Amino acid sequence: MNLHGVAAIYKFEMARTFRTLAQSLATPVISTSLYFIVFGAAIGSRLPPIEGVPYGAFIVPGLVLLSILMESVSNASFGIYLPKFAGTIGEILSAPLSAFELVLGYIGAAVTKSLMVAAVTLVVARLFVPYHIDHPVIALAFLLMIAVSFCLFGFLVGLVAKSFDQLQTVPLLILSPLGFLGGSFYTIDMLPEPWATIAMANPIVYLVSAFRWSFYGISDVSVGVSLAATAGFLALCSSILAWVFKTGWRLKA
Amino acid sequence: MDDILTLSGVEKRYASGHVALHGVDLAIRRGEIFALLGPNGAGKTTLISIVCGIVTPSGGTITVDGHDAQRDYRAARAKIGLVPQELATDMFERVWDTVRFSRGLFGCPPDDAHLERVLRDLALWDKRGSRLAELSGGMKRRVLIAKALSHEPRILFLDEPTAGVDVGLRRDMWALVRRLRDQGVTIILTTHYIEEAEEMADRIGIITGGRIKLVEEKAKLLATLGRTELHLDLAEPLAAVPAGLADATLSDEGRRLSYVQREGSMPIPQVLRIVEGAGVTYTGIETRRSSLEDIFVDLIGEKA
Ligand SMILES: Nc1ncnc2c1ncn2[C@@H]1O[C@H](COP(=O)(O)OP(=O)(O)OP(=O)(O)O)[C@@H](O)[C@H]1O
Ligand SMILES: [Mg+2]
Repeated sequence: MNLHGVAAIYKFEMARTFRTLAQSLATPVISTSLYFIVFGAAIGSRLPPIEGVPYGAFIVPGLVLLSILMESVSNASFGIYLPKFAGTIGEILSAPLSAFELVLGYIGAAVTKSLMVAAVTLVVARLFVPYHIDHPVIALAFLLMIAVSFCLFGFLVGLVAKSFDQLQTVPLLILSPLGFLGGSFYTIDMLPEPWATIAMANPIVYLVSAFRWSFYGISDVSVGVSLAATAGFLALCSSILAWVFKTGWRLKA
Repeated sequence: MDDILTLSGVEKRYASGHVALHGVDLAIRRGEIFALLGPNGAGKTTLISIVCGIVTPSGGTITVDGHDAQRDYRAARAKIGLVPQELATDMFERVWDTVRFSRGLFGCPPDDAHLERVLRDLALWDKRGSRLAELSGGMKRRVLIAKALSHEPRILFLDEPTAGVDVGLRRDMWALVRRLRDQGVTIILTTHYIEEAEEMADRIGIITGGRIKLVEEKAKLLATLGRTELHLDLAEPLAAVPAGLADATLSDEGRRLSYVQREGSMPIPQVLRIVEGAGVTYTGIETRRSSLEDIFVDLIGEKA
């Protein structure tokens, strides 16, 4: 195991994060704050509690989760796209590193950044609405699993992308709508049919539901199903990645 | 002979369908400086990239100091340092951080004393705190060399190390390469400056169109393929070449006698004795040994 190599990539990526720390944290903090001001404080105060949870607190888990999803995908995809774009990928490919070690370095750093963003978002949320976390350990474990899965997914996006535009496409075109309709702002049974049924096809629903359960003990779908869905997604991304490295697709000529 | 790197039957067909290497066989000896020469697009960079693991070969096997480059890639790659042809660098990184990164990437524990030596050798020590974006092209090239040397490789690939480098720096690089060779590092370089190969290399390989055309000791190559030209400015014009010098030619209305000596033909001193023996006096004498460049142009030209 080339631990020095993994550490080198991790440190390199974290240095990049810290170089742009202001932007990396400001974006999620500002957008989350806006949501809390609009939906939490302004509109939320006029809405009845959902299953006993005040509306402002109800939307916290979903919003934190969404910022983690966006952050994980964009950070991990950028991390691997940059050396491809700059041509420095050659040095990394020529190093005595296995595919697993290479991914570990990049994903490790991307996950760290995602968790930092999650922590900051949770703290900022506390400024606007009071909330509590019933199962903090489960919440953290779930957050970690989500961050890892979506960093892997982002890494794949970065590998496949051939331009900066393509890099932006997945977060903007796929993740934003799925996230917005993923039950962050309502429970699924508040939707009229057939939307309630259609919503069940949205994978984000399962993530938001399980994460909210760890806060307030309420959920749209059973936590077991959510966990299985997340684990399945993680396994899928990992196996596609393994295949990419085995064949060198989009990495090596 | 003890070979540190062997390629056998290495082929590369790019996704575009272009075949860049046709079954290349090549053996590099431990501790030598090997110059790989060839025109643009000959496949030099492709060959190097395959050995380093950046390009996947379509066929063939590569052995690096006893390790199969595919199956035992860790051991193989740890021994190799590469200075790529393209000047790709992480623009926002600082010199010191980027060489430390390279050393770690290749699995070595930190050794700042070694890195300091490398940077000093390359006259980069004063620049260690600079961002790569602030450096000139020649300095970036040196940073790439420092990165390649950071993990103390046993084999160093230099893909056109002196392209776009000024004369002074080129001399410094040659000196550095010699020092590395003295430390036992095997060096494989590509270059378009034939004088560089002539100056540095122990052996020379010529590649064109993805095929190795020739691999030879430099000295032997110069001896067997080289030639010496002799030109004499004559005091009196001659009507015909002196007897016994059928290979010589007259020009300038008989005022200039020229002779080309190749391997196996009459040596120059003997030519001069015949000329003097024939009572011919000359006022000027000029000899010119052909350079590697002439040989190279001849070889490439006739195969092209
Ligand atoms: N990624 C690629 N896809 C398709 N063809 C390629 C690729 N890289 C190189 N080639 C082709 O393979 C051939 C060999 O290229 P290579 O870069 O190895 O040449 P070279 O000898 O290093 O040339 P130069 O002296 O210009 O650096 C060229 O015809 C080139 O166009
Ligand atoms: Mg080249």
